Order: sequence, then C-alpha cells, then structure tokens
Amino acid sequence: MQSAVFFDFAKRNVKIHWVRSLLAVLGIIIGVVTISSMGILGNSLVLSISDSLSTVGDTVIVSPHTGSGVRMGGTTSDSISERDVEQIRRAVAPDVTIPVYSGGSRMKVGTEDTAGVIYGLKPDDIPILLDLKEGSYIRGASGAMAGERFAEENNLKIGSRITIADKGSLRIVGILKERGMGFDINPDYGIVVEDKWFEQAYDPAGYDLVIVKVKDLGTIAAVKEAIEKKLNRRDTIVDVIDTKAILETILDAFGRITTFTTAIGGISLIVAGVSILNIMMMSVTERIREIGIMRSIGTQRKEVMKMFLFEAFILGLIGSSIGGLLSFIGGYAVSIVMLESTQYLFVPSSLVYILYGMAFGIGTSMLSGFYPAWKASELNPIEALRHD
Amino acid sequence: MENPSEPEPVMRFTDVTKVYPLPAGDVVALNKISLYIAQGEFIAIMGPSGSGKSTLLNLMGCLDTPTEGELYIKGKRVKGMTDEELTSLRRDHIGFIFQQFNLIPLLTALENVQYPFILKTGAADSKGRSIEVLESMSLETNLFSHKPSELSGGQQQRVAIARALVNDPEILLADEPTGNLDTKTGSAIMELLSDLNRNRGKTIIMVTHDPKIAEYAHRTIRIVDGKIV
Ligand SMILES: Nc1ncnc2c1ncn2[C@@H]1O[C@H](COP(=O)(O)OP(=O)(O)OP(=O)(O)O)[C@@H](O)[C@H]1O
Ligand SMILES: [Mg+2]
Repeated sequence: MQSAVFFDFAKRNVKIHWVRSLLAVLGIIIGVVTISSMGILGNSLVLSISDSLSTVGDTVIVSPHTGSGVRMGGTTSDSISERDVEQIRRAVAPDVTIPVYSGGSRMKVGTEDTAGVIYGLKPDDIPILLDLKEGSYIRGASGAMAGERFAEENNLKIGSRITIADKGSLRIVGILKERGMGFDINPDYGIVVEDKWFEQAYDPAGYDLVIVKVKDLGTIAAVKEAIEKKLNRRDTIVDVIDTKAILETILDAFGRITTFTTAIGGISLIVAGVSILNIMMMSVTERIREIGIMRSIGTQRKEVMKMFLFEAFILGLIGSSIGGLLSFIGGYAVSIVMLESTQYLFVPSSLVYILYGMAFGIGTSMLSGFYPAWKASELNPIEALRHD
Repeated sequence: MENPSEPEPVMRFTDVTKVYPLPAGDVVALNKISLYIAQGEFIAIMGPSGSGKSTLLNLMGCLDTPTEGELYIKGKRVKGMTDEELTSLRRDHIGFIFQQFNLIPLLTALENVQYPFILKTGAADSKGRSIEVLESMSLETNLFSHKPSELSGGQQQRVAIARALVNDPEILLADEPTGNLDTKTGSAIMELLSDLNRNRGKTIIMVTHDPKIAEYAHRTIRIVDGKIV
C-alpha cells in the first residue's frame, strides 16, 4: 500500500515534467527499437539461410582444378574425364553422382537472336537436380528444357523450336521451375539438353562439373574427403567444395553482423541511460526541499529511494513498451521489404528479441535511476528543508 | 525513570551539546542543555537569532542527534538509534509545523494530510480520517482539493497542522508557526494550537520571536548562545 503512494508520486512527477520525460522516453525507445529490430532482422536472415541450408546444403561440387596460372592464354579449360567421374561414383556410392557438361552459345528462337547457358545432363539425373514447372523431362536427344526466366524472356512455350548456333535445332519439351542462386548449376537463364546431344554437338574433352547429392547431411565432410583422396592423391586435379560449409560460413558472418548491430543498439541504450540519469538528477535537485519535507514527516530513506526508482521504472516501461511495439512494426516492414515474407518474424526466436530489447530498456532505466535515487535518499533532512 | 512516582517526561535532555564542525572552526550551536518537558506542556522557546532555537527543536524532532549528552524522547534513548528508527519515531509520535508551511506542492490539501497516515498505516481508507482532521481545523470543504499554491498562508498552515495531527502524535513541534502570517491569522492559528493543548492533551513546543505569541504558552525557555538562561 505504501508502495502505491510512492508509485503515484512517481507517476505525477513523470506527468508534470512531461517534456523532460518524453525526451528520456525517446532515448529508451530508440535503444529498444535498435536492439529488437536488429535482433529480429538478424534472426530472420539466419533462419531463411538455414532453410536454404537444408535444400541446397546437401551438395558436394567437384570442379576441375584451376591451376595457379600454369595454363595462361585461352587454351581449352580443364575438364573431368569419364574415368575420374567413375572414380567419384565409386568413392561416394550410394550417393548419386551427376556429371554435368556446361557451355554457352548464341541461339535463335524463330528469327530472334539470343544467348544462354547450355547444360548437358543425363536424362535420369535431371529430375534429381531440377524441378519441372510444365511439360515433361527430356526423353529423346532432340528435346530440351528451358529455364523459367529464359523461357519468359524468349517467349518459349512447350513445343517451341530453338536453334543453337551451328549445332542444329531442338524442341522445348519442358519448362523448369525457377531455381535462384545456387552453388552448382543455374539453368534459369539457359537450357538443359541431353548429354548425348551435347557430346555430339561440342565433342567435349570431359565434364565441366560433377555434382554429388549427399543423402545424409552428416556424412558430407566424409564424402568430400573421399573424393579428394581418390582424385587428388598425386596432383590436385579437382577442387571439391561442399555447400554446407559455404552456407555455414555465410551463416556465421550474418551472426557476427547481427551481434554487431545489436551492440550498436546497446550503445544507443547507454546514451538513453545517461539521459535518464541526467533527467533523474534534475528531478532530485529540484525536489530537494520536497524530499526534506517528506523525510521530516516520517518518510524512510528506502521509501524516498523507491519513489525515484519507480520514476525511472515508469520512464523505462513507457519507453520499452512503445519501443517494443515499434520494433514489431519495424520488424514486420523490414521482413516484407528484405525477405519478402513475414514467416521468420512470427517465430519465438525472432519475437524474443523484442522481449530482450524491452528488458534492456527497463534495466537501463533502473540502473540509471539508481544513483539519483540513492542520492535523494541520502539527503540530510534538515539541510534539504533549508534548500530552495 | 529514576523516580517511579514521577511520570516519565516526554522529553529529557541531559547536558546535550550540538557542535557543527566547520572548516573555519567548530560552531557550538547548543552548549550543555538540560531540560525536562512533561506530558501536556505548552512551551515557547525564545532567544536571539542564531542562539540555537531551531537546532534544539530539530533535536527534539529527531531530525538530528546530539554531539554529546543524552536525549530521551518518550522514554526512548535517541543516541544509537538508526535512521530508520528515528524516522519511525518522527512519523508516529511527532508532528511538525513549519514557518514555511512546507506542504508538498504536488499534492492537494487532502492528499497532504493523507500522506503521513498512509505512511504509518498503509491504509487505503485514509480519506475519512484526513477529512475529519481537516474539518477540525475549520478548513472549508471546497478547499480540500486545492493545491498548496492555491491556498492562502493561513489556509496552508491549517492544512499543515492537520497533517501534523493525522497520526495522532503526542508531541507537536512548531518553528515560528505564525512567522509568515499576519497578526489576525496568526492569532487564529495560536487559538487552534492552544485548543489542541488544552482539550486534546498535545505537548506543544514552539519557537517564536514574538512575545505576544509566547503568551499562549505555559512556560518559556530562553536561550542565548546555545545556553538556557
Ligand atoms: N547545518 C549547520 N551547519 C553549521 N552551522 C549551523 C548549522 N545549523 C545551524 N548552525 C549554526 O548554529 C547556530 C544556531 O542556529 P539555529 O538555526 O539553531 O539558530 P536559531 O536560534 O534558530 O536562529 P533564528 O532565530 O535565526 O532561526 C547558528 O550559529 C548557526 O549558524
Ligand atoms: Mg531558527
């Protein structure tokens, strides 16, 4: 009950000096919003990358070793021979090995000139790697599949014909689903043809890329090592990367950025804390006489202290509540703009940052209020009474 | 205490000295004061400016403690009490009336009176008691909700006395209670205090410069240079 009186005093003081209170609250709001929104943003990014991790993070990519400047001046690029592919296949079994030819070419659709990437894949491997949007997968050597963006830009439909410079023409049998950025192949802006057709058209020395799809994510490092052991025993002839490691590196970097930006939020809270300290000191100084009166008629030291701590608490609570609300709105806006989805906002691991922000906001206020409150409680009642 | 047949005095000072240590040299504000004040007395303290009257009153009100000597209030030894105990003693047994009225500017007249009552009892229904006391000070009801800044000096002092009385203390300490009031208002306030002493048995100790005001008291203590003369 006594506490209610001091809470009431604190409330009135916050209200009477509302301009000052507003400024203090503003500082807290900024701090809380910075901490929470940075936390939410960072967490959403990490979550969205983690999601990709499970979809494309199961891949080991083997590419010809790009020597350290030994092969200068436009000679044919390295490739992976059929023999090497067989060795990889044996090394990683039962995981699937997918050898890939790739190249680029000028093409003609009707009378329109265009250009794009051409991937040559075994028909059986295509469904493992790529999703179909419409039409069907390749069956015969005269069929081709177009990437979604490529099809859009060149007005390709199922049944359209496309002429590859000097190499003959192909019929589009299927359109692939847009795949987006990946580490292995990206046929969005090109076409996929049967490996046989590619061999007959270009007569390549070997494959440009070998993709290994790993079933058990836990074995990915072992798969990578097995390939390296087999092929790079004497000379380094292939480079082997696993996408999981890459994604984890990116994830790690984002984590660090999040920590950094959250720390900036922390700094702004410290600034807010200093402004609260200032305002509370002002509040104490101009109420010295009032404190003297209260003490002389029987208010305990700890009760004076309580009153000022309540004041700091109220400022912190208002600032944190508004800040929490704004962070939520801000997080929502940023999620939509940057991630084009709010699915990573409405999860506990994101929302908890709002609670963190608010807790830090209130904590900072209380901490800043502590010294002024203690100062007030230590005043000598007689001297305080004489003050004006 | 030494003599069981005598009632324990409300205040007992034995060789009380108060020294303010200052860089320029110690100021002896009170010099070996000894005095007894019995229950129900009405005492005026007089003396020239700087003689130590306020210092004496502050000691009586437990706002300060003696440098030397013993001081008992209601039989309790003040020396060695913690700040918390001294504060509780002020809250429960002593009412202060100041020359400057010293109401809390943030609070209305009624809230000012309620405040010490809530401090002591923690009671939510502090209103009834506070209204009763304010009415006994013959303050118009429509002024209860006024802030101190909206009240005249005489009205403020009535509120201040009501505040001093709300916890029903045995002792009232007043430092020049009429010092900021005109003669007529001052007399009215003195009538109120006399009545509290006569009919409610309050022990009143009052500092004043004005011999006319001192006439309301039964006994006058004169101090010069920190000594009773
Ligand atoms: N806090 C203090 N520090 C130092 N000296 C003090 C302090 N309080 C009082 N004094 C000194 O003690 C002496 C007595 O002061 P006190 O206030 O008791 O006088 P007073 O009789 O009430 O005077 P007045 O009639 O002017 O109010 C004075 O010399 C004063 O300067
Ligand atoms: Mg004085």
